[in-house]
Amino acid sequence: MIDLFIIPLLKIAIVLNATLVGVTYMVLLERKVIAWAQSRLGPMRVGPHGILQPVADALKLMIKEDITPVRVDRWVFTAAPIISMVPALIVYAVIPFGPEVTLFGRQVTLYITDINVGLLYVVSVASVGVYGIILAGYASNSKYPLLASLRASAQLISYEVAVTLTLVSVILVAGTLSMVGIVRAQEEAGVWFAFIQPLAFGIFFIGGLAETNRAPFDLPEAEQELTGGFHTEYSGMRFALFFLAEYANVIVVSSVATTLFLGGWLRPFPSVDALAFLDIVPSWTWFLLKSFVFLYVFVWIRATLPRYRYDQLMRLGWKVLIPLAIVNLVVTGFIRLMVL
Amino acid sequence: MGEAIAFYTIAAFVLGFAVMVVSTKDTVHSVLFLVLDFLAVAALYVLLGAEFLAAIQVLVYAGGIVVLYLFVVMLVNLKGFPEENRDPHRRTKLGLGLAAAVVVELGAILAYDYARPVPQLADAAIPVVGNTEEVGWLLYTSYLIPFEIASMLLLVAMIGAIVLAKREL
Repeated sequence: MIDLFIIPLLKIAIVLNATLVGVTYMVLLERKVIAWAQSRLGPMRVGPHGILQPVADALKLMIKEDITPVRVDRWVFTAAPIISMVPALIVYAVIPFGPEVTLFGRQVTLYITDINVGLLYVVSVASVGVYGIILAGYASNSKYPLLASLRASAQLISYEVAVTLTLVSVILVAGTLSMVGIVRAQEEAGVWFAFIQPLAFGIFFIGGLAETNRAPFDLPEAEQELTGGFHTEYSGMRFALFFLAEYANVIVVSSVATTLFLGGWLRPFPSVDALAFLDIVPSWTWFLLKSFVFLYVFVWIRATLPRYRYDQLMRLGWKVLIPLAIVNLVVTGFIRLMVL
Repeated sequence: MGEAIAFYTIAAFVLGFAVMVVSTKDTVHSVLFLVLDFLAVAALYVLLGAEFLAAIQVLVYAGGIVVLYLFVVMLVNLKGFPEENRDPHRRTKLGLGLAAAVVVELGAILAYDYARPVPQLADAAIPVVGNTEEVGWLLYTSYLIPFEIASMLLLVAMIGAIVLAKREL
């Protein structure tokens, strides 16, 4: 009873809440880091150094008037923010934050579930997320959101190909689709897959930037051209859902990249015995630390790089990343065949 | 018992969404019901213990192909039906004939299924364990030729699409 229902429900509650709090603080991190990059202070008023700013933001968004413009497709208009938020949250079901630990005399796994098609689950759920953007643009019955959503979905579909191909080469190296299995494979190999698959790592990271509509690929939200993006007609909490979904997706990409390429919960240099004293640090701390590095780099890139032009974006995706990913896959498969 | 309840619930959803797909007036809504239908079918696969198939169903059909449908439907801007299609009774006979054909076909499949002995699946011959591995093993051994023919077909379709789209290559 306890193992079947209460513990999984507890884990789901903790992960969902931690994710949502993490998402709101990701917004604060972004504002702060960009402010520092531009020699500003960023939010300073709410709480010491603006630490309570996310609370104020959340309150503001919740009590704002939620406007549904006339002549929108009412059902689809309401469903679109939900459709973009839900996939971003349910991906966390297979993210391994740590191995088994003993808590209060009970063996508890630090992941919600470990299905044998974990990585495929992540990819397929992420592919459903694109509907939120397409439908928001369509249902708004307005030109700019429609253009933005077409851009966004073309971008997502293009980069999904490259990202999925890099995942295949990771699967080839790990020999399993299970997220926990992939971390275990890195433990056995004694090396993070980022060192075995550096090209795949690079392509995954760039593709991840594009798939989450982050700078320098944030064309779907290019204010100068589109007056805001696919969520132009949204206000209040429904806009907030899109906003949160975007940051939740950023955290998802960071967590998946950590799991696949940076050894998940493993400490740095898992094969070097001289560093065994690092095992004092709980495994999940390593996971969060590595994910945080990714989040920081995402913000750092946004503060540094200018936006790509649309044709440059497509050329990079189709003529550089996808061929590179295919070459990487073929070479990986060939080496794998030779070694075994 | 629990499995039966789950199966009939999901099956009811599959059929309900399928009816909505063909009966909804708005084409975009119809495509959206198709997505829900595919997701419900994926749930059926999970119930059967075919997780790999379920994930692929969501990835390829719900997340890939229907997105393209949606693009087409959104971009061609359907403004109501053509005049001759307005009359709902016009094609009733054709519909009845097709429905009867489907019923006969289903009956034939069921009868065939009851008539022949239960096939001994080549479970013992598969030297790998795990859902994904078994599917891969069967695809690359017993069903290699159909698999390769299907991939050739897709390749031909892709080249055809490129030739049609870009005439001055």
